[in-house]
Amino acid sequence: MTITEAARRPVLELTGIGKEFGAIRALHGVDMQVFPGEVVGLMGDNGAGKSTLVKIIAGNFHPTHGEIRFAGSAVHFNRPVDARAVGIEVVYQDLALADNLTAAANVFLGRERKRKFGPFALLDHKAMAARTLELFGELRSETRPYDLVKQMSGGQRQAVAIARTRLSNARLVMMDEPTAAISVRQVEQVLSLIHRLKEQGVAVMLISHRMPDVFAVCDRVVVMRRGEKRADKPIHETSPEEVTALITGAKEAA
Amino acid sequence: MAIPLESPITFTNVGKIKWWQRGIFASQTGYVLLALAVLLVIMHFASPYFFTEGNMQNVAKNFSFIAIATLGVTFVIITGGIDLSVGSMMCFSAMITSMVMTELSTPGSPGAALFVHMAADGKTVLANVPGLILLVSIVAGLGVALIAGLVNGFCIAVLGLSPFVTTLGMLSIVRGLGYVVSNGRGSFPGGPDADYFYALTSGDVLGVPVPFIYLVILALAMAIVLHHTSFGRHVFALGGNEKAAELTGIPVVRVKIEVYVICALAAGLQGIIISGWLGSAPANMATSYELNVIAAAVIGGANLAGGIGGPLGAIVGCVLLEVIRNGLVLAQVSSYWQQTLVGVIIILAVLVDRIRSRMI
Repeated sequence: MTITEAARRPVLELTGIGKEFGAIRALHGVDMQVFPGEVVGLMGDNGAGKSTLVKIIAGNFHPTHGEIRFAGSAVHFNRPVDARAVGIEVVYQDLALADNLTAAANVFLGRERKRKFGPFALLDHKAMAARTLELFGELRSETRPYDLVKQMSGGQRQAVAIARTRLSNARLVMMDEPTAAISVRQVEQVLSLIHRLKEQGVAVMLISHRMPDVFAVCDRVVVMRRGEKRADKPIHETSPEEVTALITGAKEAA
Repeated sequence: MAIPLESPITFTNVGKIKWWQRGIFASQTGYVLLALAVLLVIMHFASPYFFTEGNMQNVAKNFSFIAIATLGVTFVIITGGIDLSVGSMMCFSAMITSMVMTELSTPGSPGAALFVHMAADGKTVLANVPGLILLVSIVAGLGVALIAGLVNGFCIAVLGLSPFVTTLGMLSIVRGLGYVVSNGRGSFPGGPDADYFYALTSGDVLGVPVPFIYLVILALAMAIVLHHTSFGRHVFALGGNEKAAELTGIPVVRVKIEVYVICALAAGLQGIIISGWLGSAPANMATSYELNVIAAAVIGGANLAGGIGGPLGAIVGCVLLEVIRNGLVLAQVSSYWQQTLVGVIIILAVLVDRIRSRMI
């Protein structure tokens, strides 16, 4: 990271985030900052607390402790929609797609474009399809806007889910295992999309198990273990070996 | 970057889906429509009376008597819910409508002073614009349906009760209330506006039965709402993946309440129309109609798992049921066979759909 970027204010700032589910302590004292145009890899084994952290930032859960600041001001999200309203987009691992609808309908779900016909506002199918095709073009995905999602491959579904985050001017995009279920070629496409988001000053949080992907696109890697942040390092100061050691607990902290 | 981002997108890997594998051709509605066409041809050869004007009018009228409620229940089924209370709702709305109408038309009864008064010669005279009594009583009938629909929607969407149990309860509640208000007796639409009432519910325009006209208008409106408004899209999304709908910010609770209200209103309207045709609203009217209505929706292609359905399917389902009923009568088959056959068709329609979706 360059000095000018570091001097800028973080887009997302977590202080002492903790979350308990009954007697289970899922997260404890997580401090973290994400800067505009930065790609942060969030790594950790199953049950390390990555998903809980993402869900707190996305507004699915309230944190039991701590404070979230987004773009400088403290925020409290009651629902995922609140988080989206300030500019946080999430690509969920199960993609959150409605199988019975077309790609375009899924991309615009919940924020349909409409045209006025007298007192009625009807869906503007053409404009939505055109914009969707444009987004798929950017993602290099061979997906037709009018095809049903249930007839699509894993990669195409991923493209639909990612295209959705590109609709609004998101300032932080969190991706939960975006490369887990897709082909090698499509992984390349997703990673290049992450680069494009970065160029536009969007912060990206990449939750992934795939070490090569993290080291290919991330500026910084954060490692979680047992609900705590164990490491937070620029990518060039660490190595896959060290990260693996941190994830498994062979190395306690770095 | 490995892949240039500017070159235009190509579809070398992804074939276009063939026309017969999409839209109506790939839907249960499509081949049930085909089956209906075949059935109509068979009926034409089986009975010379089938394609007569009188019989066609009869068929159109009869299927319209459940089709409007089927449109309503299709909304609910698309969201992945079910409404078992439609039959009771038909009865209750019809009953309230005719009771309010009779009440308001009887001089001396509470509330009637606004609408009628007794003339010197002992005749009842309208104190107001003609048709006002009718309007008020229909609004009252639909009003109770609206309330029941809101209660259904509230229990299901807000309290999270299962649609099956909630509406099963509502079936009983509404039927019971019908017996309570009427004391088990039927009620008859009466008073000076009764003629308008009969004209609006069982009359015809240029030989076309009015219920059929209402049905066509409502079906067109439903098609537009389902496919060209964001509400319709949210209804489908809710049936396709409720969790996704919630995550993308769709007001799930509101949409759910709205579909149960629409369903109850459609059933109420249907009940009022049926009572006009019957000339009365007996307390046991439309008993077990919910089964016919749901069967028609399912035969027409609405998927009880949610996400699929539409007005065309609802109507096709109703027509098919009615043509079979009508056909069995014309063929002088005992009408007791009808129910058995309907059951067989429900299973066949769903079975064929399963086989077809495995083949693709």
